[in-house]
Amino acid sequence: MEEVVLLGFWTSPYVMRVKIALLEKGIEFQYKEERDVFEDKNKSELLLESNPIYKKVPVLIHNGKPICESLIILEYIDEVWKQEQQLFSADPYYRAKARFWIDFFDKKTTTCGKKLWANKGEDQDAAKREFVECLKLLENELGEKPYFGGDHFALLDIALIPITCRFYTYEKLCKFSVEEECPKFMEWVRRCNMRESVSKTLPDPFKVFDFVLEVKKRFQIQ
Amino acid sequence: MGEVKLIGTHQSFPCARIEWGLKIKGVEYEYLKEDLSNKSDLLIESNPVHKKVPVLIHKGNPIAESLVILEYIDETWKDNNAHSLLPQNPYERALARFWAKFIDEKCVISVWGACVAQEGEEKEKAVEGAIETLSHLEKQIKGKKFFGGEKIGYLDIVAGWLSYWLSVLEELGEIELVNAERFPCLHEWGKNFINTSPIKDCIPPREDVLAYFSFGINYVRSMAPNKA
Repeated sequence: MEEVVLLGFWTSPYVMRVKIALLEKGIEFQYKEERDVFEDKNKSELLLESNPIYKKVPVLIHNGKPICESLIILEYIDEVWKQEQQLFSADPYYRAKARFWIDFFDKKTTTCGKKLWANKGEDQDAAKREFVECLKLLENELGEKPYFGGDHFALLDIALIPITCRFYTYEKLCKFSVEEECPKFMEWVRRCNMRESVSKTLPDPFKVFDFVLEVKKRFQIQ
Repeated sequence: MGEVKLIGTHQSFPCARIEWGLKIKGVEYEYLKEDLSNKSDLLIESNPVHKKVPVLIHKGNPIAESLVILEYIDETWKDNNAHSLLPQNPYERALARFWAKFIDEKCVISVWGACVAQEGEEKEKAVEGAIETLSHLEKQIKGKKFFGGEKIGYLDIVAGWLSYWLSVLEELGEIELVNAERFPCLHEWGKNFINTSPIKDCIPPREDVLAYFSFGINYVRSMAPNKA
């Protein structure tokens, strides 16, 4: 009997990646929501034991064994639950491309993500330009394909779609429009949202915006 | 010439990782030496996003980022006699990937930070931080000859810079992080790793690594705000 537990937090795009992958694969799992992800003292014992190095979500616990880091979890899921239509291409070159773009995207969102909502003035503007440039590169990579995975919704699509629930927040705080800057990227976003795994997982963008405002207040960020 | 080309510089340990991976797999390749102060058109075309080395070009297709390239090598050349770089078991693969990411995101950065920091409280804190990250690797290697078990594997290759490049950084930063007293297992692993073929065949001369890191450290220190 397989036991699959996912530790997460509703606003984490990294957690959303794992949820979408589990739903796409039809894997039954138990979801446990953390009360708070900002302060270690508020984190669950289970999270602190399962991910002692980073103390972060997501953590997938499969038959008692914890796996951390979202991309590593996605690869694990694909390797353990093999199906006819895998999340990852069988071709090493396309797998390498997916890994490259996820690495690129994650590094970008780490450097400029927080500045989009926590900073002001020139810092925020610079972060906005960097973020838009990143989306344009991805738009270029997508090209004319329906999905980053080609004809099929695949690993790179799963990795990129969650951040889109933050677009409303970024647009409101930084005063720009993703639709205007990257219309093809937004077409892809709408296409992905037609999939049940995505629409069931991504939170309401307005709720995300309210949450960001609460966080700013909590940590006294203007 | 052959289908496999590697754009790199010998002093760079991410490039050494790729040579090690290719040699372990018995793959013939052409090394295209890059001058990073005057980047080639080929490098810029092959890695337009980062414009960095290493880049592997296989059948005309470029692959960038050392950890991505290592996985590509392991997946592409798997039917010959060479052993797998990554473990077969999915959970062990996940652990190897986790520690590889930890090495690149935490160890490299904390060690570099400890070297670059100039004397005082800032340096003491940076050194403590670096020792803390390395202590996790000490636990991982305990009881094993290599991270991969009896044979060199993916995680050994990723950690490989600790067996040679680290001592250059320690010299330049005037610190000591890994020694037989503090981290006996990691120290022993380092000696075994650097003395095994084909690893020892791809080690650049120490003075080249010294020059390479000196330049970087001085640059970073010169960018630091003045503490008048």
